Amino acid sequence: MPRSDTPLLDADGVDQALTSMAVRLRAAMLPGVTLVMVGVRTRGVPLARRLATILTRQTGETIPVGAVDITLYRDDLDRAARWPVLHGTEIPFDIDGADVVLVDDVLFTGRTIRAAINSLCDLGRPARIRLATLVDRGHRELPIQPDVVGLLVATTRDEHVRVRLHEIDGVDEVLK
Amino acid sequence: MNLNPAPRIPWTRKHLLGLEELSREEILAILDTADSFHEVSTRNRKKVPALTGRVVFNLFFENSTRTRTSFSLAAKRLSADTQDFQAGVSSLTKGETFIDTAKNIEAMGADVLVVRHPTPGTPHLLTQHVHASVINAGDGAHEHPTQALLDLLTIRRLRGRIEGLTVGLVGDIGHSRVARSNIHGLLKLGAKVILCGPPTLVPRSLERLGCTVSNNLDEVLPLCDVVNVLRIQFERDQKAVFPSIAEYFRLYGLTAARVERAKSDLLLLAPGPINRGVELTPEVADGPHSAILDQVTNGLAVRMAVLYLVSGQKTDPR
Repeated sequence: MPRSDTPLLDADGVDQALTSMAVRLRAAMLPGVTLVMVGVRTRGVPLARRLATILTRQTGETIPVGAVDITLYRDDLDRAARWPVLHGTEIPFDIDGADVVLVDDVLFTGRTIRAAINSLCDLGRPARIRLATLVDRGHRELPIQPDVVGLLVATTRDEHVRVRLHEIDGVDEVLK
Repeated sequence: MNLNPAPRIPWTRKHLLGLEELSREEILAILDTADSFHEVSTRNRKKVPALTGRVVFNLFFENSTRTRTSFSLAAKRLSADTQDFQAGVSSLTKGETFIDTAKNIEAMGADVLVVRHPTPGTPHLLTQHVHASVINAGDGAHEHPTQALLDLLTIRRLRGRIEGLTVGLVGDIGHSRVARSNIHGLLKLGAKVILCGPPTLVPRSLERLGCTVSNNLDEVLPLCDVVNVLRIQFERDQKAVFPSIAEYFRLYGLTAARVERAKSDLLLLAPGPINRGVELTPEVADGPHSAILDQVTNGLAVRMAVLYLVSGQKTDPR
């Protein structure tokens, strides 16, 4: 598999992308509806945290952040050679009637997001779910589109796009 | 919230037969997975699609309410189909062998067989004859792994740890598969285990496993962080093991007066069913130290975890 590790974003680039994503999320907020963030495990969670921090800085309002583990909702569980380790969904707030921003690092086939939406809908009935991803690399297999994207990248199907975040990987960067 | 969950070892077993054969890491993997499933039980919609289309069969050749119901509900919360097989009204009464019965059930498409049988080793034997996953739900006086796992989960959730705690198992240890599974699990996770009861019910030979054996509850109780009260198994032959229920209760019954002399944060477990007034008084069973109902809730999470984990190993016989 080709893995040339071309840098797409450095730490500053990740910062700028998140700041501009936060601006666009804020511009389309629903007045009077509670805004909450839900990150898709693993790397969606720190990204959701960072977006919430930026928005709190701008609006002064605390934004609850949760984590969704999509494992139990995957459509390829039966095909996996070994079942993935479960880390659990932690959404310690009510999403009924909330304005939910679902956050993930890379949007590819859209299957992860389908699983995450199903998972959220089993927890309640949000007023709205928007999708924010740091990278959109195309090749969707389901009719799912992001509301807010940090970086659009043209890729071939077999290329790898890797997001590394300092909370997990010790460094902020996006590589292809 | 844990941003970066620690990687756990992948689960590689197709069956769950006992805790004796599991490593400390494997036991922790089940407990951690059960913690994740706990969240599902707190939802309004208590169901996830993970095992959609899978079939879980309960094969119980001994009475059970709690364990069978708990396995059925756990399977349903994972979206599996469940079916109970009742030995009393089956073709076994017409002479069909246990293995033939199991093979017939497997031919109906069973993916997981949850087995309880009075003969030790029956679940192990079954694994040699069927392709389905086998979960031991109690085999004679040998093992009852999911009960011990839910005891471990209850201790960990209420105490935050297991390592370093002193756990007393009180009562009928000799006949108890719950005791045997608990001993293996607790020792592997670093607890100190004291077995306590009349000499006829607590074989000294269990000291070989690394436990302390005592016949004096009043000496042992103040040392314990957790006490697990095991039922006197009246359905097994108990004629000769102690003089009278009254004497057993006087020496080993958990009364409010005894519990007062224990650690103030003593955690009290009982696998159930309990004989009120024999192993413990109603005021203790329903009192502030009792985690009996937490155990039932945690039992569901543990059984969801076990069903989920073994179902991931379709093609990897072991």
